[in-house]
Amino acid sequence: MIEWTIGIFLAIGVTFNLLASIGILRFPDVYTRIHAATKCTTFGTIFIVLATVTYSIYSYYWVQKDPAWITIGIHSALVVIFLVLTNPVGAHAIGRAARKSGIRPYGAVIDELEGRL
Amino acid sequence: MIAPEFFYSALIVMIGAFMALLRVFFGPSVPDRVVGVDTLNTLVVAGMILLGAAYDRTIYIDIAIVYALLSYIGTLAIARYLQGGLE
Repeated sequence: MIEWTIGIFLAIGVTFNLLASIGILRFPDVYTRIHAATKCTTFGTIFIVLATVTYSIYSYYWVQKDPAWITIGIHSALVVIFLVLTNPVGAHAIGRAARKSGIRPYGAVIDELEGRL
Repeated sequence: MIAPEFFYSALIVMIGAFMALLRVFFGPSVPDRVVGVDTLNTLVVAGMILLGAAYDRTIYIDIAIVYALLSYIGTLAIARYLQGGLE
């Protein structure tokens, strides 16, 4: 039962991380690549950390009463909190810097930042 | 004790990191390479968490915390440099 839960969480997380890598190879310009990479890696890492937290809670209560398991769970949750807070801000900075350095969106019909940056 | 499902997941995340590295190699412009490095940072953090759970080491996950924060600062510095430095 608990192995199946961990396996499903890991499968979702790893699949979305792979989708981010495929999207970064397949999309035509910088902005669509940022769109694919940032959202998919953040979502996938959330599910990987869910699997780790489930594994640590299961191991603490049913395998071995070792406080190191609780430390692993809490520190993984800290990692995902930092990632969720910092990853979109970094993507915003990259996109704004790319537009400021003169790269136009591929196939854009309307560009509201034209002449305002 | 190695938990095998975490270890194989770390292997698959490593394949994804290799594909992001291809974008760093062949990216036609500089922001493309920066996007590749940003993706690679997040995938390395995910791999560190998976390996820390696979080998039952707390210290690997602590290193993942520090790496996430430092890669964020690095991305911000490169973006600041790309848009023309400090104004």
